[in-house]
Amino acid sequence: MPVIQYREAIRQALAEEIERDPNVVVMGEDVGQFNGAYKVTEGLLERFGPKRIVDTPISEAGFVGLGIGASMLGIRPVIELMFWSFYSVCFDQILNNAANIRYMSGGQIHCPIVIRGPANGGTNVGATHSHTPENILASHPGVKVVVPSTPYDAKGLLKSAIRDNDPVMFLENTILYGDKGEVPVEEYLVPLGKADIKREGSDLSIISYGRAAIQALAAAHLLQQEHNISADVVDLRSIRPLDMDTLLASVRKTHRVLVVEEQRPFCGVGAQLAFMIQSEAFDELDGPIARLSTVDGPSVYSPPVETEQLPNPQRILRAALELLD
Amino acid sequence: MTKKSSATAESQGDSGTGRPGFAGASVNAALTAEQRIHLFRLMVRIRRFEERSLRAYQAKKIGGFLHLYIGQEAVAVGCCSLMGKDDHVITAYRDHGHAIAVGMEMNPLMAELYGKATGCSKGKGGSMHFFDPARNFWGGHGIVGGQVPLGAGLAYALKYKGLKGACMTFMGDGAVNQGAVHEAYNLAALWDLPVVFVIENNGYSMGTSQARSSAGELGRRAEAYGMAWGVCDGHDPYEVRAFMDGFLDLARNKCKPSLVELRTYRYRGHSVADPDKTYRDKAEVEEYRSTKDPIQVFQNMLVADKVLDEALVGRIDAEARAEAEASAEFAEASPFPDVSDIQKDVYWEADNPSERRSGGRLFFN
Repeated sequence: MPVIQYREAIRQALAEEIERDPNVVVMGEDVGQFNGAYKVTEGLLERFGPKRIVDTPISEAGFVGLGIGASMLGIRPVIELMFWSFYSVCFDQILNNAANIRYMSGGQIHCPIVIRGPANGGTNVGATHSHTPENILASHPGVKVVVPSTPYDAKGLLKSAIRDNDPVMFLENTILYGDKGEVPVEEYLVPLGKADIKREGSDLSIISYGRAAIQALAAAHLLQQEHNISADVVDLRSIRPLDMDTLLASVRKTHRVLVVEEQRPFCGVGAQLAFMIQSEAFDELDGPIARLSTVDGPSVYSPPVETEQLPNPQRILRAALELLD
Repeated sequence: MTKKSSATAESQGDSGTGRPGFAGASVNAALTAEQRIHLFRLMVRIRRFEERSLRAYQAKKIGGFLHLYIGQEAVAVGCCSLMGKDDHVITAYRDHGHAIAVGMEMNPLMAELYGKATGCSKGKGGSMHFFDPARNFWGGHGIVGGQVPLGAGLAYALKYKGLKGACMTFMGDGAVNQGAVHEAYNLAALWDLPVVFVIENNGYSMGTSQARSSAGELGRRAEAYGMAWGVCDGHDPYEVRAFMDGFLDLARNKCKPSLVELRTYRYRGHSVADPDKTYRDKAEVEEYRSTKDPIQVFQNMLVADKVLDEALVGRIDAEARAEAEASAEFAEASPFPDVSDIQKDVYWEADNPSERRSGGRLFFN
């Protein structure tokens, strides 16, 4: 099986869906001529031309809103935000228009739009460029929220997202763009709302998603090597819809839960998960649910300090040991 | 009009009382007597619907806000009467007039105001959120200026599909200072989108006059984006049609955007919650009503042209009142949606379970 980068996997998904459906349009800042700020869309303009690969001005509210309007008439825009951090300047379009218009029209309209781009800290770009808004997005009914951690998942999930008739917020990660993984040559889809057990274990469930899931895997390896502790690592892949069945099956197996998220703790995704686990599987728990989040504060610039602000294998390891202590 | 694009040359008419130039414009000269009566009837129906909805609001049958369109009828009716099958309309929250102008019936509109399941949005949208995509009407939007990028997007889709249509994207004069509006202007001009941005300038951003909220001329802002633009009075449907025809043609046939400002006036406050006592004189309202009331102006012209007579005017008015009354009765008799309906019409997938491809939970309670 070919081993390719996460960014290449996304590019393959875009190219395949552009070829499959004449209504798919890729749009965003520097996605064409410049080949993408993170080279995700490299070569696509040359291959598909300017009707399908559209460079936009720096004008997120404008082109996100335009994409939503076009989607109401059957276009399937895949809008790239150079950073998901810029959601704040097009929030009204995403949450009042994309999320609500189906509802406010009594189900007469749907918006098959995908908004994708990286949402992560860890690159020393300070507080304005390090937002992880999956919790904020997912708290608005009407949108779906996907956070892939591997090249395989990124490609299969993006293809599903583009075919989805609801607006899908697709949160990637600049640090993962260069990561490699196996991706089959033949076509496949990964359905939204299906979690993946990234590692089987019996002593502890580490529930995570996105890059934090990759770090949870590294921590699980250390737990096994250094402490003979066997951790189940559940990668949610999709925040909304949410695969509670897979998550609860892991809880019933290990009876210990550590939620790991690159999120501020207050009102983060992990808070919702912890609530749901205790309310639906309280009797299965051998102790309180633990949670390892981004240290609560704006994203710090200082490179070594930012490493400690975010989840990392050592922090996850310590949290797991504390939980099992 | 400050800048005359070739597309609007035809709309240069006599601005005197008889306005022969506008009635004689080809787009109006082509109208049959029946079509003229239809336009008149639409304006009367909008007004009687609005008046009836106000009474329902005062009787506490309607919740939330109610932004009345009374005084502005010639704008929606004039503009929407020019729609072809690939022309589209989107507007802001003062949307009742456009809804009736595109052909929506009073019953589902009044039922929507009453919050009933028989409403056009099943009671989920309310006054500000009327939609009828089957009639190319895309709302009804509550956030000032938020619909303007959507209008550019509808135009983008038309162009992408190679359809010769235009999207009339309405906004109030209060919307023109929102960033999203300027972003949409820029994209439309940059990409040659078939959109006509229509500023319905009723003079007030809620309670703040144009002079106190906007620098410069609203339409002239188009010049910075290299867009055609124009300004026109909005109380005579002939004039509105003659003026808009050229801009719509520019969009449909040359795929060029434009920005037009239609000067109009609302008789009521911003919404029914506005006591209308702080920012304008009653005399100003009366002055407009007595000289430029769009229904009276059009009625006078049609009577003078012997298209209408007193008896027919009376009949049209009585029928509109009866229709509005019947819509209130329909709304009153209709059921409210059920609490179990709250989670319907949120996700396409949840509403089409047999075609659902995703797994997991979509709702959380």
